[in-house]
Amino acid sequence: MKVDRRSFLGLGLGAVAGVAVSPIGMKLTDDSSIWTQNWPWTPVPVDGEVTYENSVCSLCPGSCGLSVRKIDDRPVKIEGLAEHPVNDGGACLHGIAGLQYLYDPARVKTPLKKNGDKFEEISWDDAIALVAGKLADLRKKGSPEKLACIADKEQGSVSGLFQRLLKTFGSPNFYTMPSLESYLEVTATALHGEGMTIGFDLENSDFVLSFGSGIIEGWGSPVNCFKANASRKARHAKLYQIESRLSNTAANADKWIPVKPGTEADLALGMCAVILKNNLFDGGATANFIGGFNKLAIMIQKEYAPSKTAEITGVKASDIEKIATLFAKAKMPVAVFGKGRGDGAQSLKELAAVHTLNCLVGNINKKGGAFVQLKSDYLEFPDESMDTIADAGFAKNKTGRYVNQLVEKVNESSKPVVEALFVYNANPCYSLHDSKSVKQAIGKIPFVVSFSSFLDETAKEADIVLPSHTFLERLEDVPSCAGLAKSVVGLTKPVIEPVFDTKHAGDAVILIAKALEGSIAESFEWETYDECLESVAAGIWDSLSEDGYAIISEGVPFGSVAVNVSFLADNPATVQARGDYELTLIPIDNMRLINAGIAASPFAIKTVSDKVLKGSDIVVEINPLTAKGLKDRGYATLTTPTDTARVMINLNEGMMPGVIGMVEGLGHTFDNKYVSNKGINVNDLIGPVIESGSGLDAAFGIKVKISKA
Amino acid sequence: MSEIENKTENGSTESAGECTTGDTKDDKGLGLGVIFFIVAFVGCFLSGTLLFPKLLYSKKEQPFNFDHALHVGEAGDCESCHSFREDGSFTGIPKLDTCLDCHSEEALGETDDEAVFVEEYVLEEKEVPWYVYSRQPDCVFFSHAAHTQTAGMDCVTCHGHIGESTSLKPYEENRITGYSRDIWGKNIFGIKKHSWDRMKMDDCAECHKKETGHKGYCFQCHK
Repeated sequence: MKVDRRSFLGLGLGAVAGVAVSPIGMKLTDDSSIWTQNWPWTPVPVDGEVTYENSVCSLCPGSCGLSVRKIDDRPVKIEGLAEHPVNDGGACLHGIAGLQYLYDPARVKTPLKKNGDKFEEISWDDAIALVAGKLADLRKKGSPEKLACIADKEQGSVSGLFQRLLKTFGSPNFYTMPSLESYLEVTATALHGEGMTIGFDLENSDFVLSFGSGIIEGWGSPVNCFKANASRKARHAKLYQIESRLSNTAANADKWIPVKPGTEADLALGMCAVILKNNLFDGGATANFIGGFNKLAIMIQKEYAPSKTAEITGVKASDIEKIATLFAKAKMPVAVFGKGRGDGAQSLKELAAVHTLNCLVGNINKKGGAFVQLKSDYLEFPDESMDTIADAGFAKNKTGRYVNQLVEKVNESSKPVVEALFVYNANPCYSLHDSKSVKQAIGKIPFVVSFSSFLDETAKEADIVLPSHTFLERLEDVPSCAGLAKSVVGLTKPVIEPVFDTKHAGDAVILIAKALEGSIAESFEWETYDECLESVAAGIWDSLSEDGYAIISEGVPFGSVAVNVSFLADNPATVQARGDYELTLIPIDNMRLINAGIAASPFAIKTVSDKVLKGSDIVVEINPLTAKGLKDRGYATLTTPTDTARVMINLNEGMMPGVIGMVEGLGHTFDNKYVSNKGINVNDLIGPVIESGSGLDAAFGIKVKISKA
Repeated sequence: MSEIENKTENGSTESAGECTTGDTKDDKGLGLGVIFFIVAFVGCFLSGTLLFPKLLYSKKEQPFNFDHALHVGEAGDCESCHSFREDGSFTGIPKLDTCLDCHSEEALGETDDEAVFVEEYVLEEKEVPWYVYSRQPDCVFFSHAAHTQTAGMDCVTCHGHIGESTSLKPYEENRITGYSRDIWGKNIFGIKKHSWDRMKMDDCAECHKKETGHKGYCFQCHK
């Protein structure tokens, strides 16, 4: 027998037949089908027990109650908490996307120290020792007042700890970023006296006269405002929106009154003049006017007669009379101020003029009106221990009244007026006007410590970053600071163990204070922030810890409030936009973006319309009458006194002629590819304009030139 | 005459010669071919049946042995440890917390396995990384409550008599899919003697057909 090719043929056929009838074929087919339906590299969420934990959102001042769904120890979904006094089950897109912040690519994972242009990782012990050492040197030099702090807000225990550290250190230089709450307090202080704040009873008002407030675009406590607005039709309440752009709120309103940007104060005073002239004011309420009333009455009749106001504002005189009359005759009217989200630049003249409408028609502390009451003071810190250095330093004047003035002073001075700066929960290098000059000022400060959770625009400029827990990893009291009719304090609770080597900012402050020793350490008797919170919020702790919130005040406040309109009676000049160009650029607030503090999440950015952001191009709104020669979706160059930018055009008849609108909240430049390098930051283009008298940055916009790119 | 023509002529002659004398050679060739066929067939068939499963599955030992019989005797029944949560979802393999309902840092018995459990997991507060014999692919939804509580099935129908076992068999992981051999079944041909021998979709459908009159719809399990 000879082995030939037929033998091999037989071998091959036998092998094929053997394999064919063996289970190899069917088994591999089955396995490969399972493999292709369950790619091993696709993450599979781990199964486990479903639980819900209640917390409070602190992404914006709205302070909504949250219900966090967890699988075992891992939070997987955020929903609004039903029956919470602020949001009653509702949630906005930023809140529900809150989990993305836990794993944000820009999170600071461990303390960082700047070495040249780069950061290097250091331990917490080294970082605290370094900060305390630098501060101790500052004290030794006898200039403790040269330590400054910029925080997001004044309220709350963490802010309280920062203020306490500065005070016991010997510095009066504690600053907050502009916010609706800060403007409410500035207005209440100017008209009613120190320590007061204002809330608006939108849920019950039958006539809301909004001076550009984005009632459904993030103003105040957004979800609360959505709900109040949603019930408007059922309550037969009216919303009149005074704004130079047909915003979502304006489109949703019963009437949109386009007004020349920056003349809202004049329009409000014109309406006051109509109310006074036609005796539509509340006689009882005017008895509460204790200063400047007569002078104001005479001044506005002369300067803000309807025809004159019409000329200034672009609103017809007949409309001014009609709207003022409707407002005064409504049962429960309320005039609302704070353009856009309410946290941008505002002028005190405008805020006070609008609130004077409330005072004139007698809706102060009445159902559906404006509630003027003392700021909620639920925290009781023990008395500080002050040494002579602290006493001397703290008694000195603040470097500037507001944060903008601090920036201005730092930039103007050749000597360092601030030698050390703390930044907590704020991103001034992004959120303040003329961000380039803010960066320049921060760069001039020799020692900057950021307590940010993210390596954002400001943290990148810092010398030390002490990374904080995100709001889902920490315990903290969160007072509602958003013009709500009721005063509620919520408790943010950790729903997950810290993902990275971060600390609670409160704990970091306590550690720094203890490392500074002496009277400063004595003033920080607590071992941890959690212990501190329970102690200083003892009055409401039972309610806070059991219910997750405590209601400080609810319902219509009792009693009348004195009104002093001396500031307005002097007819302060209306702030003008900077520059000589013909057109005016104004910022637009969009519910899907965030301008202050934290950046919008990747999820929120994805929801932005291509009429706002097209690819990485920012889209500006311009009236076809103004856009001479410019094509819809074409490119143009904007030039303002501070910067230039390439933009895409969106021809929009809802924008007043002569005005260009650019959204706020884009153009971040930190290391998060889902959020950064998309569009440009409108704050780069707008420079601050300080209002004389108030000291506020009141730049509602800036003059701009547009040309084809 | 060209070389090619010569070759052709020679070739044809040789070829003719082979043809005439090739009948007996052909038969022998065929016989050898058949033998080769049978050898290859049997070899490949046996390889596919016996060797292939050994290559397809990798054997993994559980972190330590677990005596189900002992625990059932002490705790009562399956649901003592493999319980349902309040929302009706099934806990599956118990977490360390469940074990600690009875166990503590002090061993209850004297076995080496419990010593490993206490030292490496209880004291370290670590979950035991059990290999799960019955884990289905992620694309399959299965409700234990619907089967055991609503339909009244017992655990043995699908899981067999594991509750009576005193030791854990090695976990055999399919190298391609990553799932347990127990889903396809021990028999590589997929032949089963008992209802718990396999946990494939056809087995679900077979029981559904028998019990409900219908095999069920795709979305009932593949959400």
